Parts: sequence; structure tokens; C-alpha cells
Amino acid sequence: MSYTKNSQNIYKSRYLFKRRLALLSGLISIAFLIVIGRFFYLQILKYDFYKDLSENNRIAVIPNVPNRGLILDRNGVIMADNYFVYSLEITPSKVTNLNKTIDNLKPIIELSAGDLKQFRKILKESSSLDSVPIKTHLSETEAARFAANKLRFEGVEIKSRLFRRYPKGAFASHLIGHINRINEEDKEVIKKLGWQQNYKGTDSIGKLGIEKYYEARLHGTTGFQEVEIDANGNSVRILNSTPSIEGDAITLSIDSNLQEIAENAFNKYRGALVALNPKNGEVLAFVSRPNFDPNQFVGGIDVDEWKVLNESLDKPMLNRAINGLYPPGSTVKPFVALAALENDIRKPPFNIKDPGFFTLPNSGHTYKDWKPYGHGVVDIVMAITISCDTFFYGLGIELGINKLSEFLSQFGFGKATHIDMFGENAGLLPSPEWKQKRFKQPWYLGETVITSIGQGYTLVTPMQLAEAVATLANGGLTIQPRLIQSIKNSQTGKIETFKNKTVRELHFKPENLALVKEGMMNVTQPGGTAASVGAGAPYKIAAKTGTAQVVEMKENQKYNPNRMNERHRDHALFIAYAPAEEPTIAVAIIVENGGHGGSTAGPIARKLMDYYLLKKVSSNKEENKVGPLESEYHD
Amino acid sequence: MLERLFLRLQKNIDSILMIFISSALVVGLFTLYSASGRNIILVLNQLFYIGLGFILLWITARVHPKHYEKLALPIYILGLLLLFAVMFVGQSSHGARRWLNLGAFKMQPSEIMRLAVPIAMAWYLSKRENNRHAIDYIIASLFFILPVILIINQPDLGTGLLITASGFYILFLAGLNWKFIVGAAIGLFSLAPIIWTHLHDYQKNRLLILLDPSQDPLGSGYHTIQSSIAMGSGGLIGKGWLNGTQGQLDFLPERTTDFIFAVFSEEFGLLGNLLLLGLFALIIGRSLMIASQAKNTFTRLLAANIGLTFFTYIFINIAMVSGIMPVVGVPLPLISFGGTSMTIILISFGILMSVHSHKELVGSS
Repeated sequence: MSYTKNSQNIYKSRYLFKRRLALLSGLISIAFLIVIGRFFYLQILKYDFYKDLSENNRIAVIPNVPNRGLILDRNGVIMADNYFVYSLEITPSKVTNLNKTIDNLKPIIELSAGDLKQFRKILKESSSLDSVPIKTHLSETEAARFAANKLRFEGVEIKSRLFRRYPKGAFASHLIGHINRINEEDKEVIKKLGWQQNYKGTDSIGKLGIEKYYEARLHGTTGFQEVEIDANGNSVRILNSTPSIEGDAITLSIDSNLQEIAENAFNKYRGALVALNPKNGEVLAFVSRPNFDPNQFVGGIDVDEWKVLNESLDKPMLNRAINGLYPPGSTVKPFVALAALENDIRKPPFNIKDPGFFTLPNSGHTYKDWKPYGHGVVDIVMAITISCDTFFYGLGIELGINKLSEFLSQFGFGKATHIDMFGENAGLLPSPEWKQKRFKQPWYLGETVITSIGQGYTLVTPMQLAEAVATLANGGLTIQPRLIQSIKNSQTGKIETFKNKTVRELHFKPENLALVKEGMMNVTQPGGTAASVGAGAPYKIAAKTGTAQVVEMKENQKYNPNRMNERHRDHALFIAYAPAEEPTIAVAIIVENGGHGGSTAGPIARKLMDYYLLKKVSSNKEENKVGPLESEYHD
Repeated sequence: MLERLFLRLQKNIDSILMIFISSALVVGLFTLYSASGRNIILVLNQLFYIGLGFILLWITARVHPKHYEKLALPIYILGLLLLFAVMFVGQSSHGARRWLNLGAFKMQPSEIMRLAVPIAMAWYLSKRENNRHAIDYIIASLFFILPVILIINQPDLGTGLLITASGFYILFLAGLNWKFIVGAAIGLFSLAPIIWTHLHDYQKNRLLILLDPSQDPLGSGYHTIQSSIAMGSGGLIGKGWLNGTQGQLDFLPERTTDFIFAVFSEEFGLLGNLLLLGLFALIIGRSLMIASQAKNTFTRLLAANIGLTFFTYIFINIAMVSGIMPVVGVPLPLISFGGTSMTIILISFGILMSVHSHKELVGSS
């Protein structure tokens, strides 16, 4: 019985075992199917996805940042180039305790408060994977000392970085501009232009002047190196490499010698100067004073330095040549005179007997000439030469504001010159429509009176004025002014030059043009408002002086420069071209608070022209030999 | 002469199982060579343990199963004592106290328990076979619950889970009533929150990361993400031996041990995976066949348990590497680098062969 039960039990238990084992085998098969399904999902369905991930893991693309293109003057003098500096850099993601690391660095490398401030600033703007410079321009001793202690500093390394250099410092800084670290705004622009790929690894971008306008040419093409890396980011081998292509070299149209003469001539004065070759539009000198040292900006400007530049009353960051707005004053008179002649009024022998004031018909309001008792008998040539206000008051009224405004606009007044620089101001040429729109007021006749002598609403930039003078010198042909002469392709060596582009071609009666030019030529002759400027010159200079009021005079107040705050003195203006018969240089100068145009702005023009036409450098002593003539004390 | 020696040597060896095992070992050595970055020392080290394992396999295959039956309780008690010893005088590494330093070499008592637990349970349940009551299943359960608590406390969740699974297999195959099974399942579910609160933070983390590895791509999720990338980028035929970038360039963590399957999978692709899985299936199938042919309850339970535990290892490891289970730290048997694990597995196959070669002699006892 027991045996039977036992054997029955054994049989039963074996049967149960086999059944349950079969069940488990079934479960095992299901488990295997699940795993195989997973394999299929990962290795077949998601193969491309994981393959990409694996490639991304394995391959790091390291940009080869190109050398920025050079900027040269027309004679090949270097205005901007690059050099290598050693900089100490920290990659925050590789550092466990940043503050401690910096503290440990201090005994080895001298870190100023400014260095640290700059470091914190850049740190805030960059990702933790970026390498952030904590000190640039390491000395060789410092570099060696760090190298000896390198093992103590994980995530800190010495890199050799390419730095932009402006060898001439502040010289021509508004023209050349500067580069600075790429900020959020720049990133947006780069994104909008689709430049992201080319800007990988680039940390700076042109911010002003030529550096900004020709950024696309100067930057060059970034090369890339595909490197196989391991999980620690160490490169194992180079898979693929494309070299970077250096940025193109830009040759400016300015002559740095001429530029230097112009800048020095300004001395301590604020102001601007633009000199053009009227024949081809090339800018020969481009000055805005005061200026700044663009080297300060490379690698990021120090906060304090920026504060000084930005808050200075002298506004050194203002590019006066294209952004400074000034009333043209009497420099507008040659253009107004031509307007009258082309409209067949005031033709010689027409003349007036100037009593020293002009009375507006029907109102009795009087407008004074700068010369208290008048100039006597004045025709249109004389009116330019001696800058007779009274002559132009009446002329303006007869011509009317609409014709005047229309004519002046042909010379580019109130229009941007489209010079190759960003941020140009278009100036302002008033008209009744403009006034209605701007002030919701009608135009008054009195406003026509003062517009005729370049006062009132009219505002010009030195660039605009220079273009207008060049047009006049050229007999009505405006060539697009430009700041560069050529671009040299760094790869092919091919030099790209520019054809003269005609902006406008005005046709004036030659006899009218000759009258205006005669008046302007006489300005630098004895009796003219800038007689001293022309004294002793072996070539003829056609010019016009101007004065722009900074503060308005009360009707009976007498202008006395010696009793005024220096910043309230009039701006001195001067336009000129030479040689008068066949002009190759046209210039517009503004000297802020310089008083009278003939005595402060005029000599600058003379120095410029002497060098340009005679290759002669006139000294300051020479200038003093010929003192300002009586007629020059006012315009 | 040589022939006779060979015959003598292979007397208790199941040649079919042996061929499958050896094939898997060869695959493992090649994979290890690649995974270790062509470290021949590491491969020789592994080869040494394979040699040692084979000797122990040969010995255990010759031992008659009845001796295992006799030794079941003493070995189990010894193992338990060693586990307690670990608790008090064990060596810690990586925040876990798993090792016992025995002067000449270090050992993990939990590895011994992998074999000692099923042997002891099979012994107990077969002894009570003719007069089994519910209380016997409870007593049998204690055989694994006690060491599992100690092991999970070390903490070593992987081994704990494996021994638990191994205990369940024995209970289930011994004929545990379905009502108990269902009851235990419900009980376990209701205990889950309590277990959760007793898990270590890193263990909880691993479970959470499994649900969404991208949560922590550089931390705990890194393992799962990198191994998925390795497997996925292997595609159908793989990148080729020694050419897996994930493995060769250090992206895969623990790639000679727990994650070695990712290295294999990256280099040999889906086809390689299917072949290796097929090899494992053959080993499991052969083991279960041996179990079903065994003549008494003890050997039956023991043999089936060895096959099933082998499967469990493989499943947990591959599921973990391919991202369908949390990272629990279970090596891939016969492939992963590791001396203790290798010898224990080969010993377990030795026991399996002992069961097989002695089946005719057991029946009448």
C-alpha cells in the first residue's frame, strides 16, 4: 500500500514537474522573443538614429578659425593685422571648484581685479563647455611658470590665440573701426545671415567702421577638423580636415600720411574731415576727432575703460564724419548761388547795395548781415567771396523754398551718401512739406531767409558736405564715394577693384558754374574770407568758409567768442577743392566750437592739399607767418 | 593510450552540453579581448578561471548526486555563516560590503549561496516528498529568504534577485499549489511600497532612470543610453570585431563585465545576437532536457534549477543592457569577465552533468 502510494506519488510528482517545466519553457521562449523584439527595435528600426548618436559620440568637429584679413592703406601700410598671444584659459565644465582654482592660480600668474572682472563677464556670456580666457598676453615667464604647475590645474590650459592688432592705435579709428567679442545681439545677426557654421570657434566680430562693413570679407572661411575622440574627450586620431581660408585683405583708399596730417592738424579740436577724390569717389582722408584706441576693444573692453569712453563729454565714440549733424552755415552759399543762376535770377550784372541788413517785405522783420554796416555793392561772385548774407537773403526769398530745397537735394543734401560704412546719418534738408509733417505747421518766409545762408533746420554730415563739394568740383557729376580701393582674395591672390559708379549727373550751364567757381576761388585770394589759406599756394584753391551757431543769439546780442563757454562757441566749417581748374581733391571740414571757418578749419585744408598736391609737409610755424586777415574775423 | 585517457576524462561529461558551453566561452574570450581594449593579460586571467572552472566541472561531474544530497545542509549552513561574517568583517568597495578576505584570496559568500540555496531546498523538498504539507514549502522558502535578506543588505540587489528567482523555481517545480503562488504574488505586490522604502537611493535611482534614461544622461542614465547606442549602431551585421566605436573609445561603462553584451552586440549586430542567443537557448534546452530525464526529485529539481538560473542570468543581463530592465549588476554568464562567477557557473554545469551521467544508477534508490 505504502509502496503503491509512494510510486503513485512519484509518478504524480514527476508528471507535475514535467508539466510545470513545460510551462516555464514556454515562458522562457516568450522572454527570448521579447529580447529579440528589442534587438530588432534597436538594431533595425532605430538603426539610423543610434548610428548618428554613435557618430556624434565619436566624432568631434573642431573649427579651424581663419586669420582675419588685413586692412591696409592705399600704399600698403598696415592698419590692422593679427598676432599670436598666449592666453590662460579655463573650461568651467572641467573644473570642480572654480573659485578655488582661481585662488590657486594667483600665486603663479598675476591676476588683476580687471582680469577677474573681465573673466566673470565673459563667463556669464559663454557656456560651461567654452574655454574662457582669464588672462591674455601672458609673458613667457608666466607661461613657463604655469606649464611647470600644469598638473595641479585640471581644466586650465594655455592657448595661443590670434589677436587683432591696430598698429597705429587711435589713428583713423573711426574709419577702421574695431572688433569685439561676439555678444547676444551679434549671435542673432549671425543666425539671421546664416553664418553660424562659419562662425564656429570665432569669438569676435567687427563692430564698427571697415571692420564691421566688410565683416563678410575679412572673416575668412572656417576650416574644420573631424577628430575621433574617446569618452574623455581626448582626440584619438584625425579623420578629416579642411584648412581655414584667411580673410580677404582690404586696401583702403585713404593715404595714411594724408590722414596723419589731417588728424594732427585738428590738434586738440573736436570735429571731422572728409577728403575725396572727386574724379573717382575715393575717400582720401576720413577723420573724426576725438578718437579712441581700437586695441582696447579686442578681446572685450574693460568695463571702466568703456565707461570713460562712453560718458566723456567729448563723445569719442561718435563718428562725426557720418553721424555728426551740423548746420552747413555759409558753406551752402555756393550751391544756393548756383540754384539762383540756374533759375535765371541774380545773373550779373545784377547787384545789390548792401546796407548790412535785409528787411523781409510785408513783415518789416530785419535780418542782419555778419558785417555791421554792409559790404557795399555786391554781385553774385562777390557775394560768395565775401560771404554776403544780405545778398542771399533776398535771393532765397525770390527763388522760394521749394525751388531751393529741390535744387539742394540734387547735391545730396538730406540724403545718405551710401558710403561703405554702417550707421550713416542722412542729414536734413527742410521743405514746407517736411515741416508740415514734422511740426504740423506751415512754412514761414523768414525760414526761407535763414535757410539761404545755411542756418535754420538744415543739417549736414561732413561726409555729405564732402560729396556735395566733390560734385561741384566735378561740374555736376557725383561719383559714389567709397572707403576702399580694392579687396585681395587671400586664396587666389586676385585683386578686386571697383568701377566708378555714377550716383547723379547734373547738367548746369557752364557759364553759371564758372561764376560760382570764380567766387569760390576768390575766397582764398586777398579780400576773400579765407585769404590766408590760399596765401603762397602754387595752386589755386576754391573754397567756402562757414560758421554754424551752436547757441542762438538774441537780436541785439553781440557774438564775443572770448566771453563764451568754449562749448558754446560757433562751429567752424570749411569746404574746398583744388587745384581749382582741374580738381583732384575735395574736402569738407568741421571744427566744433572752432569759431570762424577760415581761421581754424581753413589751415587744416591747406595742410592737406599741400601734402596731397605737392607732397609737401607744411609746418605750423609757416602757417603763423600769414596771420588771419581782417576780413576773416567773420564770414 | 591517448584515446583511453580521453575516454576516461570524458566519462561523466555530457559532450553535447560541453560543445555548447565551449562555443559560448570562445565567443566570450574574443569579445573580452575586444572589450578590454586588446588586453591579453585580462583574457589570460579569464582563461585561467575557465581552466580552473573546467577542472572543478570535471570533478563535480564525477561526484555522485547522492553526495550533494548529503552535503546540502552543511554547505548551506557554512554559506550562511560566511554571509554573517561578511556582515561583520567583510570588506567594502564602492559602498557595498560583499567580500571576505581569506588571506590568499578574496571571496564572495553570496556566490556560494547561488548554488547552496537551490541544493538545500531541493534536498529539503525531496526529503519531505511523500509527506509534504504547506509548512514544508514555508520552511523551504526560509532557505532562500534568509540569505536573500543578508545579500540585499550588503547591498547586492542583483544576486539577491537571482537567488529569489532560483528559490521560486524550486518551489514551483516541486509542486507549490497555485493558490499559494497567486497569494504570494499578491502579497509581494502589496509589499512593494515597503520594499521600495528599504531600497538604497542608488537602487531607487536605477529603477527610476529606467523609466526615462534621458532624465540623467550623464549620471545613472548614462549606462543605459550608451549601451542602447552601442547596440543600435551595430545594426544588422555589426561594426566588426574590434571596430565597435562605443566600446573601443570608452563610451561604454563596465564593458568587460556587466555590459559586455553591448560590446558584442555593437561589433556583431543583430545576426551575432541571434547566434549567441541561439547558443544560450541550446544550453538551456539541454539543461532542461537533462532535468526532465532525471530519475529522482532531488536531481530533477537541482538540474532544472541550474538551467533556469542560467536563463535568468542571461535574461536579466541582456534585458538590462538593451534597456528593458533596470541596471542591476548581473554579469552575462560564460561571457563577462569575472573569476568567481565563471567558476560557479562551470561548477553548476558540472553538477548538471553529474545528474545526467548518474541517472541510470539513481532510479532504484
